[in-house]
Amino acid sequence: MTLTSAPDLATPPVRRPFRQGMARLRRDPVSLGALIIILAMVLAAVFAPWAAPYDPNATDISVALEASSWAHLLGTDVYGRDQLSRIIYAARIDLLIPAAATAIALIIGCAIGAVAGYRGGWLDHIVMRCVEAVMAFPALVLAMGLAAALGSGLGNLVIVIAVTQVPTYLRLIRGEMLRVRDMEYAEAARTVGNGDGRIIFVHLLPNCIPPIIVQATLSLGYGLLTMATLSFLGLGVRPPDSEWGEMTAEGASQIVTGEWWLFVFPGLAIIFTVLAFNLVGDALRDLLDPRMRGVK
Amino acid sequence: MSFVYFVLNRIALVIPTLLGVTLISFMLTNLLPGNPAVVKAGALATPEYLATVERQMGLDQPLYVQYARFVSGLLHGDLGESASTGRPVLEDFLQRLPATLELTLASLLIACLLGIPLGILSAVHRDKFVDHVGRVIGVVGVAMPSFWTGLLLIFVMFYALEIAPAPLGRLAPNIAAPTAITGMYVVDSALTGNWTALKSASAQLFLPSLTLAFSIMAPLARMVRASMLEILQSDYIKAAWAAGLPSRTIIYGDALRNAMIPIITTLGTVFGFLMAGNAVVESVFAWPGIGNYALAALMTKDSGPIQSFVLFVAISYVFVNLAVDLAYGLADPRIRIG
Repeated sequence: MTLTSAPDLATPPVRRPFRQGMARLRRDPVSLGALIIILAMVLAAVFAPWAAPYDPNATDISVALEASSWAHLLGTDVYGRDQLSRIIYAARIDLLIPAAATAIALIIGCAIGAVAGYRGGWLDHIVMRCVEAVMAFPALVLAMGLAAALGSGLGNLVIVIAVTQVPTYLRLIRGEMLRVRDMEYAEAARTVGNGDGRIIFVHLLPNCIPPIIVQATLSLGYGLLTMATLSFLGLGVRPPDSEWGEMTAEGASQIVTGEWWLFVFPGLAIIFTVLAFNLVGDALRDLLDPRMRGVK
Repeated sequence: MSFVYFVLNRIALVIPTLLGVTLISFMLTNLLPGNPAVVKAGALATPEYLATVERQMGLDQPLYVQYARFVSGLLHGDLGESASTGRPVLEDFLQRLPATLELTLASLLIACLLGIPLGILSAVHRDKFVDHVGRVIGVVGVAMPSFWTGLLLIFVMFYALEIAPAPLGRLAPNIAAPTAITGMYVVDSALTGNWTALKSASAQLFLPSLTLAFSIMAPLARMVRASMLEILQSDYIKAAWAAGLPSRTIIYGDALRNAMIPIITTLGTVFGFLMAGNAVVESVFAWPGIGNYALAALMTKDSGPIQSFVLFVAISYVFVNLAVDLAYGLADPRIRIG
């Protein structure tokens, strides 16, 4: 008797993260659903002119304030604009601004946090005191103050959301740096004469990427919530630009006359998107950080 | 390390944070696009008059002098004045503070009454039906913007079912405010036996506090659950099971009492959520608190109330966290070290 297919123990198993991820997704319908929601939102935003059944700004008084029908799936507003089309077009701002804010916060927070955590000492001390002062403000209150100070405009909104998120990334990466800076491979990199910058950004930071990815996914959701809330209060996106929070505010005035679809559907768009980002973030944490598996 | 040293150390750590907080909120005001002197002097003021007003308000001084004045004013209880009404901000603020406190306390109460039992049940019946329901509530709860929850409650309870009063302020329009003691209408009317006011004030308070409570219930329940799970797996609880004590005694006696300590520390975070959510809920329900006041001021580019609101929230957040730290140190001696 001969062993025909003895496992080859000498070569390590080939890692296929994508295939592993897909296999995991098939067993996890909730995360799969969340991922599909995000993809659908992104596609709708990118291909809005094709996805939207009507021009979002086309007014038609003859169909004003109509409830859901086959012609207007999510009803029409006070000017007769098709709400589904408006929600689809608004997805562009609703996805782009949190994404831009997250990217900026991630870059700034990681750069400062990495240097502070690696260097330690007085630099770390000063940075952390500043972070504590910023974190003494509840995020939304800081966002309100900052949005009021900077004034309206999409660019300012990106800055406002980014500022509220920088401390999170900064503390996350600082903590990771404290963990890895004295590991043997960091020691080895120092021994052969690498500069601090090279050690931090080439050798250490890549090992801190998994928690950053998880945090970035979650902050897309938080960013959207912050933006929607600011816009609802009149501090964020303002007409003629439209955004789900701002649309909810517009629809709120129709509550007393019973046109519920005008505030319910934009709100549902926010909830589904935030929910999807949170669920994908949680799934990524399980996938990327084995220590957190099963702790939930 | 003695407890006195621990207390002094924690208080000393608050000072740099407070300095940073005042600096940030001072910077926020000076970033504002509008010139407060223009708001005060009126749009039609001559350049000479405008310069006089600027000098009176100290706006011609260098920024660090303005900051020093700002801090020394704060220490004397001066929050500046509202540029559009000319009234001291502190006065407007104190007048509206009870409304905010009433809303905050009521929602904290509701959130604890709903969130803590939910967290305990989820932990005790881990991975059972209750736990799944709790987890769904938690995941959906954090994704729901509080303004939307508020609008939904208004639509269902006020418009559709007609069981809630109109979401406009703290009392129905035809009812006089109760005699002021604490400034919180529900408390005052109960103390003075003013039943008509009590009924109206409670009815008005119910929806906004439920909205705000819902926004903090999910994180609260999650923290309670995590804390309970950890305690339930500890050796002394296992010993209690092994000794055959009744499960009611173990869960609600030993486990809950020990789980409450870490829960107290999270109340600081919960308070932060509450203060942020306040402004939104006040604006949805036309609740005349400080958040609504600050937002109304924002619309007229009046910087005084905004600065005070942001500063007030941050300072009270710092002190709540300090109080929580001290309480924790008192309850758990291990914390005092390090």
